[in-house]
Parts: sequence; C-alpha cells; structure tokens
Amino acid sequence: MVLKAKRLCKLALGPVLMLLSLASAGALAASSKVNEVNMPPGVTEVGQRIYDLHMLILWICVVIGVLVFGVMFYSIYHHRKSRGVTPATFHESTKVEIAWTVVPFLILIGMAVPATSTLLEIYNTDDAELDVLITGYQWKWKYEYINEDGENVEFFSNLRTPQTEIYNAEAKGEHYLLEVDEPMVIPVDTKVRLLLTANDVIHSWWVPELAVKKDAIPGFINEAWTQASEEGIYRGQCAELCGKDHGFMPVVVNAVSQEEFDSWLADKQAKAAEIRELMAQTFTMDELMERGKAVYERNCLACHGANGEGGVGTAIAGSAIATGPVSGHLNVGINGVPGTAMQAFGGQINDVEMAAVITYQRNAFGNNMGDMVQPIDVYNHKNG
Amino acid sequence: MGDHHHGPAKGLSRWLFTTNHKDIGTMYLWFSFAMFILGGAFAMIIRAELFQPGMQLVEPAFFNQMTTLHGLVMVFGAIMPSFVGLANWMIPMMIGAPDMALPRMNNWSFWILPPAFLILASTLFMEGGAPAFGWTFYAPLSTTYAPPSVTFFIFSIHVLGMSSIMGAINIIATVMNMRAPGMTYMKMPLFVWTWLITAFLLVAVMPVLAGAVTMMLMDIHFGTSFFSAAGGGDPVLFQHVFWFFGHPEVYIIILPAFGVVSQIIPTFARKPLFGYDSMVYATASIAFLSFIVWAHHMYTVGMPVAGELFFMYATMLIAVPTGVKVFNWVTTMWRGAMTFETPMLFCMGFLVLFTIGGFTGLMLSIAPADFQYHDSYFVVAHFHYVMVAGAVFSMSAAVYYWLPKWCGKMYSETMGKTHFWISFIGFNITFFPQHFVGLAGMPRRIPDYALQFADFNMMSSIGAFIYGASQILFLYNVIATIVSGKPTDKEKVWEGAEGLEWTVATPAPYHTFERPPAVR
Repeated sequence: MVLKAKRLCKLALGPVLMLLSLASAGALAASSKVNEVNMPPGVTEVGQRIYDLHMLILWICVVIGVLVFGVMFYSIYHHRKSRGVTPATFHESTKVEIAWTVVPFLILIGMAVPATSTLLEIYNTDDAELDVLITGYQWKWKYEYINEDGENVEFFSNLRTPQTEIYNAEAKGEHYLLEVDEPMVIPVDTKVRLLLTANDVIHSWWVPELAVKKDAIPGFINEAWTQASEEGIYRGQCAELCGKDHGFMPVVVNAVSQEEFDSWLADKQAKAAEIRELMAQTFTMDELMERGKAVYERNCLACHGANGEGGVGTAIAGSAIATGPVSGHLNVGINGVPGTAMQAFGGQINDVEMAAVITYQRNAFGNNMGDMVQPIDVYNHKNG
Repeated sequence: MGDHHHGPAKGLSRWLFTTNHKDIGTMYLWFSFAMFILGGAFAMIIRAELFQPGMQLVEPAFFNQMTTLHGLVMVFGAIMPSFVGLANWMIPMMIGAPDMALPRMNNWSFWILPPAFLILASTLFMEGGAPAFGWTFYAPLSTTYAPPSVTFFIFSIHVLGMSSIMGAINIIATVMNMRAPGMTYMKMPLFVWTWLITAFLLVAVMPVLAGAVTMMLMDIHFGTSFFSAAGGGDPVLFQHVFWFFGHPEVYIIILPAFGVVSQIIPTFARKPLFGYDSMVYATASIAFLSFIVWAHHMYTVGMPVAGELFFMYATMLIAVPTGVKVFNWVTTMWRGAMTFETPMLFCMGFLVLFTIGGFTGLMLSIAPADFQYHDSYFVVAHFHYVMVAGAVFSMSAAVYYWLPKWCGKMYSETMGKTHFWISFIGFNITFFPQHFVGLAGMPRRIPDYALQFADFNMMSSIGAFIYGASQILFLYNVIATIVSGKPTDKEKVWEGAEGLEWTVATPAPYHTFERPPAVR
C-alpha cells in the first residue's frame, strides 16, 4: 500500500511541477535568451499587448488547472478502494451541469474582450509612414522599399551561415541560422506597413520581437505592420513549410534611428545607380570569375552543389547547358526551367551578377569553355 | 443454415475472406499497431536529427519527407484504423448485435488499407523522394512544386478515404439497425455514442478531402489552376477545403477516445458516469462546432477581420463542451472506490495531459496570441498532447481493458504499469519542452535550429527515445499476454464493469449474441 501511495504521489507531482514551471515562465523570461521558456514581449506596443493577453490566459488556465487537478488528485488519494470506502451512487444533476456550462462561458467572454481589441489593433494598418514590399522566394526574402518620390530600393536577403557550419565542419557562430547577408532596415518609432507576397510557394514572415507573423502567398498581397520602439537587431524565421530549405531562410530586421535609416536608404540608392553604371562596363575574365563565384555560392550552391556536382538541381560540371551555346545557358539562368525547382533568376540578380555567374559556371568545375559573358550580353538577351 | 455455428476458417483464407467483426477488428488493431511502429520510426529519425544543432544524419529534403510521412502514417494509418478496429470488436458486443450490419463491406474496408499504405510507403523509393510538403500538404508546395510521387500520394489518400467512409457507413448502419430490443439510443454505452457521432463526421468530411486531392490531381496533370495563382486560382482555397476536412478530422480522432475513457473511468471508480445525458450532448455539440471553426488554423493567411473574429469566438466556445466532459469524468471519480489497474492509469494520464492540451488549445484559439504561436513548436506540443496523450493513451487503456475479454488471458499488471509510467514520463520529457522553444520562437518543421533552442531539443529527443522504447514494451506485453498470460474465464473481468460485452463468455466466442440479449 505504501508503494502504491508513493506511485500516486508521483502521479500527482508531475503535472503540478509542470504547471508551476510553465507559470514561472514569466519570471524567468527576463534572465537570458538561451533556454528561453516564454514568448518575448518584444519591442512593439502590439507585442506587449499580445504578451499580456498570453499571460492572462495562461494564468486563467493555471488556476482552472490547479482547481480541476486538485479535486482530481484529492479524489485519487481519498476515494480509493484500498482505504475501504464504499462507492457513492450519485449521478446526474442538472444544476451542476448548468453551473459548469455557464461559468466557463462567462470566463470565455472575459477573455474575448481584450482579445478582440488587440486583434482590431493588429489589423489597423492605416497611417503608415513607410511601406515595404516583402516577397518570399525559395529560400530567401526580397525587400522592396516603396518610394513615392524617387526610385524604389530593392534587395535580397540570404542566409549568411556557411554550409561548413551547418554540416559541422566549423564551430557554429553566435547567430547560427539567424543571420543574413543583408538585413531589412527600418526606422524606430515609425509605423512601417509590410506588404507580403511570394514568388513561388507560401512562406510566412515571422519576427517574434516585432510581433508580426503573416503568410506570404503567391497571388495575394497581405498587410501587416510594426512599430519598433527600441533600436536593435531582431531575428526571426520563415514559419510556413516552403520546401527543402525552409529552415534556412531567416528574417533579420535592423531597427535604427531615423537619421541612420535615411542615410542607409540614400546609400542604397547610390549603390543602385553604381550598378547601373557597372552594367555598361566590360569586365576581365578574372573579375567575372571572382564575382561569379560569390554569386554562385549565394544563389546556386544549395541545389547544384559546391563543386557543381548537382543535388536537388542537375549537375553543372560537364552539363550540356553549361558547355553548350551561351544563349541557351543564359536562357536557363534568366527564365528558369518551368515545372522544376529551377527558378527564373532574371529578376532576382542583376545583369552584372548574371553575367558573372554564367561565366563562372562555364569556366569552373572542369567546364573549360574559355568564353565570357558581359552584362551587355545579358541585357541584350533579356530584350530580345 | 446448417453451418451456422461454424468457427473460423483455417489458414490464410480466414483472414482474407472473413466477414467476422472480431477477426476484422483484430486485423485493424494489428495493422494500426504496425503503422504506429512505422510512424514512430519516422519520428525517431526526426528526433535523432534534431538531437543537436547542425545537420548530422539526414538531408533537409529527406527530413521533410519524414515529417510528412510521420504525420500521414500516424493520423491515417495508426490512430484512425485503431479506433475503427476497436469499434469493430466492441460495438456489436456492446449493443447486443451478432455482427456488423454490412460484413462484406467490412472486409473490403479493411483490406484496401494495406495496399494504400504500401503505395504511400513506396514513394520513399521513388525518384524525387516521398511527399515532402507536410501532412497538411498546402498547395502550391504540394502541386506545382511537388515531387512526382505526389500522384501516388493522392491515390493513396483516395483509397484510405474510401476505406474510412465504408467503415463509417457500416458503423452508422449497425448502430441504427442492430441494437438489441430495449437498447434505446439513450441507453447505449458512451463508446457507441461517440463512435456514432464520429461516423457522421467521417461521412461528411472524407469526401471533402477527396475533393481537395482531386483538385490537386487536376492541377498537376490536367492543366487546371484551382490552387495556382498564376492561372487565376487561389492557394488559400486549398487551405479552406483542407481544414474543412481537417478540423472535424481531429475530433474524429479524439471523440472515440472520449468514449473509451467514459467506459473505463466508471468501471474502476465503481460508480456510474456522472452525467450520461450531458456527455452525449457535449459530444454532439463538439461535433457540430467542429464544422464552423476550420479557419482557426489559418489566422495568419490574411482573412478579413470579421472572419477572424467569427472563427475565434466559435473556437473558444469548444472549451465549454470539452470542459463539461472533463468535469464529468472528475465528478465520476469523486467519492468512488477507485483502483488503479493499467487501463485506469492510462485514463488518468489521459485526463491530465489531454486537459493540458485543451488549455493550450484555448490559448491557440485567441487569434492575436496565435499570431505568435502559429506554426511554432508550441503548436507541435499542443497537438501531441491531444493526439498522443489523448488518442494514443486512451487506445492503450482500451487494449489493456478489453484484451482479457478478447483472448481470455490476463496481462501482467506489473508490465502494464511499467509501460504506463515509462510512456507518461517519456511523453512529457518529449513534448513539454516543446512549449518553451515554440514560445521562444522556434518554427515547426525545420531540420536544424538556432543555438538557443539546443538544450530543450536534446531533452525532447531523449524523451522521444524513451517514449518510443516504451511502445516496444507495449508490443511485448500484448504478445506475452496472448501467448502465456494467466487464463481467465470470468465473464466480468473487471469487478466494476458494466455493459453487454461483460455478459458473454471469456474469451469472447467467435459468434456472440446470435440471439439478442434482453436489455432492461
């Protein structure tokens, strides 16, 4: 009997401990990021409201849980046959049934009120001061700053963590898998409207600390908004399964002061002008190979392999396309191969990058074609 | 009618051609256990890869195939058929019927299942690999961007949908037509009630799933654009159709589990179920609500705010009938005279863990908060609390509860309890930390994760290995009972058990209730 009682105690202890640890989640939240156990309140007003709502409902659940499990474990302990009790025979009570239908219903109304007002706030995308169009691609994000006077600024944001870290050949860095080559930049204390869409499959843009998660769906433009109150770098990930590298398309947002943002935007616009200038240049083989290698590693390597040996994509080493006519090779690079995972990169990388990567593919991995592609060739190919 | 009292045929033909509800029930149960082991093996691969950050064992593409097949095999291969097996065995015996109403269709609905899963499993060896788009197979990842094996997946879903519909029709026909005289609806055991309601859900939503996969098939092979935005279609339509099936589907899984628990708790509390009528009404309310809450899986797709509010309120309402059920079970225990044999232990585990899963479900129903929870490990934790600790625990309870009746032998109580405790501890080590990583920002269905999630993931993996191993113990227990369990011929195996199944001989003869029993 003693043994049995001990077992019952164990049975009782487990869930209570678990509930307590979930309840203490709030207290631990501030201590450190590693082994975080709770939702971050983040740096937005909406995030704080969501966090408060989350904690409110968690505590209501904890209280109900303690009551229900309390009654249950009291009963398990006291109403055991081994204690020589005779079972009662009572059953059916309309009054009790009505009580435990109505009381939870009232509690639910209490939850619905703050939930509704928070939801309405999340949906209020009016009066935004800045619009950013975010497009999900397999497996990267594109950010386009919509600029009413002057040119739009657009760029892709790729995972920066090297394959060597992912495959454990090197020690993993502090922001393993949550680092990108070019983060999105937003000004603090500014209402930023996010317009979300996708180029291929459904993705979902999620940054916990900005309290935004919204699906990016091909053919749709979804709206969300955020307003960071503190400068800092906020990290998130794609939340909707989008294929092979779903786990490798992080979101990084750098919230900076308005001045810093303005100079960043001006810098971006200047760089765009510079690229336009580069388009008119002629490059040497070495320059093209060097640029091409970088473009390859960023855009092609995941599917075609580090040595062009193939993988999800076909092999490039010795392939008919990479060792065939330049125009055919350009066509695949620019327009992709419909019905396969090979995307149309014509709109994703600029003409300089395209020229470089095509040249690289034709002269690396043992493909010694010896020919070069210049940005003007890419431009001409695109424009017939 | 000369051979009316024949026993089972000999050899393989007994199983191939049988129309006996007990044989078919047995086959369903063994098949679902095999699928449980297969789906579990996939889960072990997932947890082994997630043991540490970095890619160690498998490639991301294969990881996605594992998460997809794990979900499909567990939902359609393990949990659903296991409860159909239980229904086959128990419903005729509980309502005093000699067999199921449509015995030949019964044979057919079982025997198309193994080929369907063979086809699904064979996709692993096809070029391009198995389906890798998750068990929810959202378009266009599952259409334009899917591997060629998707066509086999669609065929397999069609076949097992047919199996489910036939099984459901059979249960409805049996319950409506074959109850013993005097067995009115409101005298039926709750397991029969929950299954009757489940069967209606199945008939209503399996054709919707068939519609979804047929539209996929058309998009892939016949040039339509139901789900392709480029052709004027709508990828979100897929989600609406899928979840119109998918949400009732989760109640299809959990309602029979409610039925099992409602049979077992009164037995071991030696006290009648507190509110039989309200349990029936609560089950029916849950079934009704299941049809009007589907879009709570889609809070982040960008619905209009009015739709968002409707689905939030409707979803929150489910907490009311679910609460009624939990309160009823606890009140049934109150002032009973309880003992804690293995089936009761599993029901206690169910009650605690399912309630925790219900709490997280309530949290998830709150749309603004769901913007943070959605598609994170918090969701993974939530549905494993209801699917595993809900459905699988109650299934384990059912097997221990009725096994002596089925084979006339007692299982070893020590082994049964060991199975329970290892399962209970392993389960919680696996899934409780997943709440934490989910809240802290870890998305679901990723093969690799950021370093701050490492410790909890390792814990989760260790728990999964413990839980997985405990199911081998389950298999051992069942086989050991059948082979060398202590024989029993008590009609009423459990002191406090009520119901017609406890009035027939033990082990249950091949044919029972050839003459309808008298029901008071």
